[in-house]
Amino acid sequence: MSVASVTLDSNRGRDRTDARNDALFRWALRFCALLVLAALLGAALSTLWGGREVLFGDGWRFLTSAQWNPVENRYGAWAPIYGTLVTSLIAIVIAVPLSFGIALFLTEIAPAWLRAPIGTGIELLAAIPSIIYGMWGLFVFVPFMAAHVDPLLDASLGRLPWIGTLFQGPPLGLGLLTAGIVLAVMIVPFISSVMREVFQTVPVRLKESAYALGSTTWEVAWDIVLPYTRQAVIGGIFLGLGRALGETMAVTFVLGNAYGLTASLLMPGTSISSSIANEFNEAAGLHRSALIALGFLLFVVTFIVLLIARWMLRSLQRKAGKA
Amino acid sequence: MSTRIHRRRHAKNIAAQVLASAATLLALAFLVWILWETISRGLQAIGISLFTKITAYADQGGLANAIVGSAIIDAMAIALSAPIGVMAGAYLAEYARSTRLGATIRFLNDILLSAPSIVLGLFVYVIVVLPMTAVTNGTTTFSALAGSIALALIGLPVIVRTTDEMLQLVPSTLREAALSLGIPQWKLTVQVLMRAAGSGILTGVLLALARLSGETAPLLFTAFGNNYMAFGPLEKMASLPAAIYQYTNDPNPALHAIAWAGALLIALFVLALSLLARTVFARGKTSHD
Amino acid sequence: MQILSKLAFALGLGVAGLSGSAMAADVSGAGSSFVYPVLSKWSASFAEKTGNHVNYQSIGSGGGIAQIKAGTVDFGASDKPLDAAELKEFGLGQFPVVIGGIVPVYNIEGIEPGKLVLDGDVLARIFLGKISNWNDAAIAKLNPGLKLPTGQITVVHRADGSGTTFNFTNYLSKVSPEWKAAVGEGTAVQWPTGVGGKGNEGISAYIGQIKNSIGYAEYAYALKNHIGYALLTNANGKTVKPGNASFQAAAAGADWAHAQDFNLIMTNAPGDEAWPITATTWAIMYKQPKNAANSAVVFDFFRWSLTHGQAQAQELDYVALPDALTQKIEAYWQAQFKH
Repeated sequence: MSVASVTLDSNRGRDRTDARNDALFRWALRFCALLVLAALLGAALSTLWGGREVLFGDGWRFLTSAQWNPVENRYGAWAPIYGTLVTSLIAIVIAVPLSFGIALFLTEIAPAWLRAPIGTGIELLAAIPSIIYGMWGLFVFVPFMAAHVDPLLDASLGRLPWIGTLFQGPPLGLGLLTAGIVLAVMIVPFISSVMREVFQTVPVRLKESAYALGSTTWEVAWDIVLPYTRQAVIGGIFLGLGRALGETMAVTFVLGNAYGLTASLLMPGTSISSSIANEFNEAAGLHRSALIALGFLLFVVTFIVLLIARWMLRSLQRKAGKA
Repeated sequence: MSTRIHRRRHAKNIAAQVLASAATLLALAFLVWILWETISRGLQAIGISLFTKITAYADQGGLANAIVGSAIIDAMAIALSAPIGVMAGAYLAEYARSTRLGATIRFLNDILLSAPSIVLGLFVYVIVVLPMTAVTNGTTTFSALAGSIALALIGLPVIVRTTDEMLQLVPSTLREAALSLGIPQWKLTVQVLMRAAGSGILTGVLLALARLSGETAPLLFTAFGNNYMAFGPLEKMASLPAAIYQYTNDPNPALHAIAWAGALLIALFVLALSLLARTVFARGKTSHD
Repeated sequence: MQILSKLAFALGLGVAGLSGSAMAADVSGAGSSFVYPVLSKWSASFAEKTGNHVNYQSIGSGGGIAQIKAGTVDFGASDKPLDAAELKEFGLGQFPVVIGGIVPVYNIEGIEPGKLVLDGDVLARIFLGKISNWNDAAIAKLNPGLKLPTGQITVVHRADGSGTTFNFTNYLSKVSPEWKAAVGEGTAVQWPTGVGGKGNEGISAYIGQIKNSIGYAEYAYALKNHIGYALLTNANGKTVKPGNASFQAAAAGADWAHAQDFNLIMTNAPGDEAWPITATTWAIMYKQPKNAANSAVVFDFFRWSLTHGQAQAQELDYVALPDALTQKIEAYWQAQFKH
């Protein structure tokens, strides 16, 4: 960034110090930015290094095997990957319509005086430390699911053909569905605040002309606002997904931590981050290597998810630039 | 005919509005539910001894050393991450707004934002604790400093991201005006732009503090923990999240109550910070309008 | 990475001058969570007597072993002994510090704590998923007077790696060839069935919430948190109740005289009174410590604990080490460790 400054002869000395200071300043900032780069690369590469025995020793077998046997030292990541993907997917399926409703309420429906306090309340959900989500989940939400939700699902949806298998099982309270719901509550503030922000970028002219033509609030939201902001909304969803993928404590307490693969969402499973958190302290040798390799996998999955989010958001920016 | 369509559209609209309101209520209900459980369970163990006695005395003890430890470690973590994060964010916004390096750093910063915290703790164990042990021949091993570096890595991406975003929001007219007056770039950035974006940047710092103060996993292998009071940055140090972690696993139900009280303290601290951050930000915004 | 570590060092050296904490000795240990309650009690009493701080953190037995090997702590504590070769390779020695019991815990409607009787074989088959209902004939045979409900059994196990799991699976491997072949022993194993709770609190919460569930926990946890626990039939075929007497009987009957480096796992111990899942925690230290002053404080601490700390241990439902064993430990210290 070259500075086209007005140079006066009398100021030449000062200019020189300024130029020197500018260069110095720029390098200091650049150094800090590179530090961020180094920290991430260092952390990611250290997982690659720590997990090398398993990642390079077992290769694809590590990804596709559902065996996780510390006694025989054979490890496969498929069960934790499956659990991570399923719980995150449930979280997205629940959180997206919920967040859309919230964003709609806060931008179109609620009276102006109510918007700020309610918006703050929703965003406070993101400020609660995840250990508290975990303890609340373990002591309060799991019993609630066991007593009220699981039996209901088993008796209703569980009876249906095809999708019935998803909702069958004893009322344990914990499991993939419970973990997905807790994750959904955790990511709702992220997705809804992105939605809220982008909904506000829709030109007022556009909305008002629709209203003038007799459109209802819903029609404006569904036919004008959503198509206009679709890409950014999808980007926001992926940001929430990125957060759900890496969540540890909240999930560990309610997921049931079992390495088996089950079709039913009411049954326990495991996830990448909770496997690491659970077993790391006691693990040695190849077991530890397998856990660190899981950490590397999580970096890779997050990388891909964020790459998609970024791509979506960028195409929106391009569209907005044209408009 | 047209009235039927009209009625259907109207009904659909009402249904959508009701559902949207219900969604909002549901999310708020979860907030109240979680806070209520934490407060009602935590209040049972909150008393003077919680703040005056140390954890070494178990069920007759309190959390004094953990509270002090958390304060020191969190303060050092923020002292490390705030300057680095703000400068890195300023670099992105002012020098690398649309360069390839800028895009790369921004992207990796977002990944760091969702990296599993235990992995960051392990990373710091390898690059700080082990070398420290070797250099000091075992007299200094785990330390509050190592813990704060691990937490700094968790707070850093939040600060970088908000600083970058807030500086980008400063109108370019301000930059042009300053540059035309011959103000050097560094002065412009520090004295004009950062001041203009000050409240937003401060919000980022507070949010980072809120985020890192609830972390347990990265502290176990870095700050280690301490059953006694410690103040030195190179000492092993207790922290609230680690004390909660240890107490919930103890057979003694009296300690579970103390763990809930600790959880309540963290929740109150974090919520207060978040509210403060919003107020600071809202103030800053109105004062510029 | 290097930049970061250099920066950390510069900062570290800068603040080193500020810390200057040369008060009474500060020594540290890490490892097993099984001993955490009693070690922290001992540490508090020891600090009152001597002013020396023994800072113990429960990061797990595996973590304790890793940290003593890395030289970041003055002693490690593990629920699983190291074998002679590993001790020799790192110049380490080990000795028992605490003995305690692990019990099967359950939540069966209408059956109070201490009423259900199980034996090793049935317990193994339940945890294998082979016995899946409480009305199974094998359970009824052990409990002639008990009205057992018809209900699907849910197995609850530890999700985190744990010394408690090691001792429990070690016991099942000793009493059930089927378990040994299918699962084996370890701090974490591939469980054929059930759900995993994180830590003791996870186990007790799940047992409390899930009807017809069975799991395992430290005796103190079951007792203090009012969870149902089972009686077991031991190696001599006698049914015993968990508690100080039966844990002590297991410890007394163990053949410590022939156990090199105290490498003896006390599960399925002989003796009519012996509780079959009795567990030991070992302290692990360097024979030639880098920091001899700290090491001396640790020895003082354990010497004090093994003599004066036993009453406190019993209050917390651990077992006092038999006198013969304490003497043997003292002799081991004199012979093996440099003072």
